[in-house]
Amino acid sequence: MPSVREALSALDYGPSPESESDVRAWLAAHSAGFGHFIDGNFTAPGTPFETRAPATGEVLARVSQGTPGDVAAAVAAARRALPSWSGLSGHDRARHLYALARHVQKRARFLAVLESLDNGKPIRESRDIDIPLVARHFYHHAGWAELVAEEFAGMAPAGVCGQIIPWNFPLLMLSWKVAPALAAGCTVVLKPAEYTPLTALAFAMLAREAGLPAGVLNVVTGDGATGAALVAAPVDKVAFTGSTEVGRAIRRATAGSGKALTLELGGKSPFVVMDDADLDAAVEGVVDAIWFNQGQVCCAGARILVQEGVARAFAARLARRVATLRLGDPLDKSTDIGAIVHPVQLARIEGLVAQGVAEGAVLHRSPCPLPARGSWYPPAFLTGVEPASVLAQEEIFGPVATLTTFRTADEAVELANATRYGLAASVWSENVTVALDLAARIRAGVVWVNATNLFDAGAPFGGWRESGFGREGGRVGMRAYLRPAASGRGGRIETALPPPTAAPAGLAGPGEGIDRTAKLYIGGRQLRPDGGNSYAVAGRGGRLADLVALGNRKDVRNAVEAAHAAQGWAAASGHGRAQVLYYLAENLAARGELFAGRLAALGATRAAAAAEVAAAVRRAFWYAAMADKYDGATHATLTGHVTLTMPEPWGVMGIACPTEAPLLALVSLVLPAVALGNRVVAIPSQTGAPVAADLYQLLDASDVPAGVVNLVTGPREELARTLAGHDDVAAMWYFGPPEGAAMVEAEAAGNLKATWAESRRRDWTGPAGQGRAFLDAACGWKTIWVPYGA
Amino acid sequence: MGEAVVGAAQPVHGRSNRPRNPGMPLAPDWFVGVAVNRPAAERRAATLTARRSIKKEHQAAWQVNAIRCMDLTTLAGDDTEGRVRRLCAKAARPLAPHILAGLGLEPEEVRVGAVCVYPTMVGAAVRALAGTGIPVASVATGFPAGLMPLPLRLAEIRHAVAEGADEIDIVITRAHVLGAEWQALHDEVAAMREACGPARLKVILATGDLRTLTSAWRAAMVAMQAGADFVKTSTGKEGVNATLPVSLAMVRAIRDYAGRSGHAVGFKPAGGMRTAKDALNWQILMKEELGDAWLAPDLFRLGASSMLADIERQLEHFVTGRYAASHRHAPA
Repeated sequence: MPSVREALSALDYGPSPESESDVRAWLAAHSAGFGHFIDGNFTAPGTPFETRAPATGEVLARVSQGTPGDVAAAVAAARRALPSWSGLSGHDRARHLYALARHVQKRARFLAVLESLDNGKPIRESRDIDIPLVARHFYHHAGWAELVAEEFAGMAPAGVCGQIIPWNFPLLMLSWKVAPALAAGCTVVLKPAEYTPLTALAFAMLAREAGLPAGVLNVVTGDGATGAALVAAPVDKVAFTGSTEVGRAIRRATAGSGKALTLELGGKSPFVVMDDADLDAAVEGVVDAIWFNQGQVCCAGARILVQEGVARAFAARLARRVATLRLGDPLDKSTDIGAIVHPVQLARIEGLVAQGVAEGAVLHRSPCPLPARGSWYPPAFLTGVEPASVLAQEEIFGPVATLTTFRTADEAVELANATRYGLAASVWSENVTVALDLAARIRAGVVWVNATNLFDAGAPFGGWRESGFGREGGRVGMRAYLRPAASGRGGRIETALPPPTAAPAGLAGPGEGIDRTAKLYIGGRQLRPDGGNSYAVAGRGGRLADLVALGNRKDVRNAVEAAHAAQGWAAASGHGRAQVLYYLAENLAARGELFAGRLAALGATRAAAAAEVAAAVRRAFWYAAMADKYDGATHATLTGHVTLTMPEPWGVMGIACPTEAPLLALVSLVLPAVALGNRVVAIPSQTGAPVAADLYQLLDASDVPAGVVNLVTGPREELARTLAGHDDVAAMWYFGPPEGAAMVEAEAAGNLKATWAESRRRDWTGPAGQGRAFLDAACGWKTIWVPYGA
Repeated sequence: MGEAVVGAAQPVHGRSNRPRNPGMPLAPDWFVGVAVNRPAAERRAATLTARRSIKKEHQAAWQVNAIRCMDLTTLAGDDTEGRVRRLCAKAARPLAPHILAGLGLEPEEVRVGAVCVYPTMVGAAVRALAGTGIPVASVATGFPAGLMPLPLRLAEIRHAVAEGADEIDIVITRAHVLGAEWQALHDEVAAMREACGPARLKVILATGDLRTLTSAWRAAMVAMQAGADFVKTSTGKEGVNATLPVSLAMVRAIRDYAGRSGHAVGFKPAGGMRTAKDALNWQILMKEELGDAWLAPDLFRLGASSMLADIERQLEHFVTGRYAASHRHAPA
């Protein structure tokens, strides 16, 4: 220690270490190694792997590598615990979640120190951000547990959940996963990241102390193989936060399994600075974005986009600020930048930056010295990064931002959206008109206006595109751990159809009236199929009902392009879309006889055909009614912040219709999608396809804008495969046999589009054919944070 | 000036040889269009002090530095010459001898930055501080509201300077800011600067009256353009006085002005700061946002009256390891 006089002439901060003695004592007490937490008890340690302190490289503890057997035991325990846990009253579950929140608070400093030791993040962050948010998450969800029966009437717990969490916010991600699951009545098997398993194990001990029933929460440690075993295990839902690469593998692995899935994946989030922004505030925003948690933040504002007029001034301020960041001991209370979690990650950061610099980027790094031991990377930013650079595309996952300029708000939006990801965005402007315009136009699950990295349990968080699907937090997040209590169980499984052929089968035709040609409907035009063929649809008594267009891959491609061109539909008001749907209902009713006749020709009884048409008319009215009523909310998050969520259409959706109820099922699927502003490429019932030709005339007559609804008749499985694999289709609904559902979910992994694939037949005429669940599946959510204060 | 100061490279009180800010004609493009986002400033202010921790010898040193940067102040209606003499005695010997000894510091190393009084008390303060080298600061210009005719306000400045004041803390006409009459504000402050002659000019913005951070930022910039040696938050008499967010806005204005003009202007938060923790927080703000040069009394003052007592208690605890009682210390 220097003398006071020496300190007085230097006026530096000096060391200020947080005490780690309690954590060291806990680690010493478990020096034999940690087992898994299964069915309320810790197992004997198995094959060990080491977890190290990133700041020094020292071994902190030995943790067990979870085997498929361990996973099976944990899943079995969770399954056994499910009936009693889900059978508890909401109030009783709320008391358990409340206790967990309390226990986190009672051990707050212990958990913060343990997290910083194991992860390398500064104690300032674990103490002031991570752990308080963990407690907040359990409190918030104690509330949902109390209310779930009333607030989510008709819903049931998703069941046993397999949850896999990352290493960047270990305990916080545990809380985001475990709290809503337990609140909903689910039981959990959680696998923490192999780099950072310790706070999850400590939390398991807390859960025991808090009296959580055995089997409700199980923790199995291990690496990716353990995670894969958990994904493959007989769980009802898989929830994953981590890399897009692993998320894609999980999507493929669970395809066709019937397991519900939510993915929170990577990002390359834009950070837009307009020329009227408070530049000093925006610079601090960068500190809280990319220089937070060493930049190991999926939603970090990693792509700084600055308007040209202020770019130099902004870069100068940024350069000054980066030099004042203090890098070093994560447990020192004056540390801003801690250690990179693992040497593997450090090498990745160094490699990507070197590649970018080789491509012409200029690195501006903090002059701070790096400790000799451990994994460290200095906070930095790069200029001269063109959108084509690897640095502008790839997630660096380190404390390195790129700085790119733009000229206009339109260009800012274009650059912001030029990414495979869509997790978060930060927008800086003192002009609320401009800021909210950008917030609306940037494709991201969360947009912070004049702020960044604000979180609250009541505000949904999650991404678009390859940032995954599903939301965590708030009402929308709770829904991810619930399923409809009634549907999804029972009902016959749809059976596979042979693909239609162009070869004449020689069915007896009707031979009356004027022959018509049933075409495809693409971009508001009736088009002959690319392949130049039609196929026969059999009707009543095995007679030929009609010849319909035999669509192929190219027709799907054209339909998707036409759907994209109709983006004005998404910008229309809910009222405007409702007007179109009402008009559609009106015209459908007027042509009721025509449609009923067609359905009858396809084999329906007269009564059933009339009922189907009447139901379709009502359905159009119902979704017209919802078009301006299915809307967002403001959330009670932090004081001084307006936190909005709003549903946004996916964009272009693919819909493969079931075989039955060719009119009603198609209307029941297409209308909720277009009511919310989506444009649809629909594959009508393969065996009821003649209805499509009547329908497109109806669409033409009802002022449905060109490209909003496109109908491609033909082989359902082949067309669905093309749609599911299409990188410019944002969501896919599929109603068909199990092998088709599996195919769609696997193909969807390409761009990680959201899917709804179902093989059980629905009663389309009844309540199962209509409702909010359809609208829920037809949109994603955007959360917009607007702090205010004059 | 010129006392032999053991072990200190910088002046331990506020009298400085630093070149003064000459000011410049009003340049609206330096501040029109600049806006300070309040929620962002509040967030920065809240996390700024949570990001830094100062312990043990370092903390003691920072507390001593706060004393060196302190404008020990009495601005009350019942001030008397006797009260001012007592304050000056504390200013010259702010810490009890056993605390100084425990810190390993000489008496000459620990003195306040200045003593701040009303104009009628300047003479008494000058006499009481004779030989200490501690400057006397006087408020002026119809403090605290400033709603007096300008010639009278300028005459008050000249009176205080004639009485021996080394520094003049003036108040601005808030209406000039509220009405965006920037030229009028510039003219007023420039006239006051001229009236100060050799005395250093501290411009009190009364940010509690201005309300918005944007107004505080712009007013600070105009005051600096008009030749302020310091910009100061408050009189201590407004409903809201020094806060970290408004201080943040003002020091960022100082940074911009220094960057564009090349002249360093000092900062003085005043009013509402009472604790040793406040002393640390504001120093952290200066170090982080402006740099180490702004931790010395020629560029930083803490306008406070009761803060010294808390600092003395904290330093006694540092020296003895026992928690301290103020009644065992000499009052200011």
